[in-house]
Amino acid sequence: MRSSGSPSRLRFVGSERVGPYTLLRLERGDVEPGVPGQFFMLEAPGRLLPRPFSLCLAPAGELAFLVDPIGPGTEALCRLRPGDEISVLGPLGHGYRLDVERPLLVGGGIGIAPLPYLAEQLGGSPPVVLGFRSAEHAEAAVLLPGSEVVVDPVLVSDLIEPDLDVLACGPEPMLHAVAALCPTAQLAWEAPMACGYGACYACVVEIDGALQRLCLEGPVLDAARVRAHAEAVA
Amino acid sequence: MRILNASGCLDALAAPEVARRLDAFVTKTVTPMPREGNAPPRMAETAHGMLNAIGLANPGRERFLADHLPRLGELGVPLWVSVGGFCAEDYAETCSRLAGIEAIELNLSCPNVDEAADSAAEIVAACRRATELPLYAKLSAAHPDIPEVARAVAAAGADGLSLINTLRAVALDRNLRPALARGSGGLSGPALKPVALHAVSACHDATGLPIVGMGGIQTGRDALEFVACGAREVALGTVLFSDPGAPTRVRVELAAAAAEVGVVMPDGGNGLVKSPETVRKVPA
Repeated sequence: MRSSGSPSRLRFVGSERVGPYTLLRLERGDVEPGVPGQFFMLEAPGRLLPRPFSLCLAPAGELAFLVDPIGPGTEALCRLRPGDEISVLGPLGHGYRLDVERPLLVGGGIGIAPLPYLAEQLGGSPPVVLGFRSAEHAEAAVLLPGSEVVVDPVLVSDLIEPDLDVLACGPEPMLHAVAALCPTAQLAWEAPMACGYGACYACVVEIDGALQRLCLEGPVLDAARVRAHAEAVA
Repeated sequence: MRILNASGCLDALAAPEVARRLDAFVTKTVTPMPREGNAPPRMAETAHGMLNAIGLANPGRERFLADHLPRLGELGVPLWVSVGGFCAEDYAETCSRLAGIEAIELNLSCPNVDEAADSAAEIVAACRRATELPLYAKLSAAHPDIPEVARAVAAAGADGLSLINTLRAVALDRNLRPALARGSGGLSGPALKPVALHAVSACHDATGLPIVGMGGIQTGRDALEFVACGAREVALGTVLFSDPGAPTRVRVELAAAAAEVGVVMPDGGNGLVKSPETVRKVPA
């Protein structure tokens, strides 16, 4: 299995600011882009553990990841210089099923990361609804031309048509709200993880009623598999 | 020099190709009853290490024996089963039911559950009566006199030692709350290496038992230092998270590191370092 073989060393090509985020571009090397919603473990220079990122875009010969600089690891990734190399492991986990008839892509904040590649792979310019906490964050909507954008306090869940095939990624409260509206939605979750391939047992989430490793079961799960916690929905 | 994994740092059924790079695979600790483990968050990175509080998540003895162990046997890698429990009888019962494996490692030192009331020596003695398989006692370096514990488990019938387990520790988040749901966790990674080297050296002096050395090994040079302190084998833990190719890499680096300081590692041997310049055992 390619996914947990050995990490590849990929060369940093460049990065672009997208609102408060950074779009990080790496040479693809021998790494496959995988299915939208799958993820990669990226070495965070100077840190012990790699960090998980879903693929944002797959330009020819490159892999591009959307990074929110919220800590020492993500900040180090945003400081990469042309010519630097980092270790990359992936693609890992299970992505979105693409056999949907009437897709609606829903993203919140940094959770928009997998949606550009997802839209490309689905083809046919699927409708997209994005929510952000501020106008500055909403600048990232440039990655999904034609998307409908709302800014807090308006929520993406206010705009969802429940009879569409929803494919979503975003903060947990958003995912729980989407799950309540669309029991058939496909949701991409996030959890702290050290390895990405089932070794560390850190990324457990309650799936099908039991704590299970998100890296192996997900990160994309059918909405019905993750129970909404009352406080998360409230 | 054989390279193993540290218990709990690899799932051979989820990543068989990584397990096959090892000279032996050590299972996650098996307890009598199934355990779901602690609530998340269970992991936090620290300056030179990481904390985990997984809490011995495992399928329990019956399902392990009926389902997991046969599947692990198909990997073609020698197996060590890590055994845990909450009293000596728990450990002994599991040991008595294990067969067809290379060795048993007794987890006497998990920092993420309430410890067994019985002493390490009592547990080893009970297991010694229950099995003829090689018994390795995995000890914590948190004990103020680890050579004393090592002597006690040696007298109780341990065949070897696994040194060391994680050390209990706390990390705080931005808002000064514990980063782990359990509060404390076990510290692993490079921060642990000097502590582990001392424990290996001191226990080697105290018992002469074969030792699997572990704690912060990232490179072949790190592994060589464990050999220099008396380890016969080494195990990789946290490094597997960032580099599943580490067993192969460390093996290559170890040969180069040994050559660089003028010692010869025997080909695939049992960790005995031979002349021209034998690694001098570092005094504890």
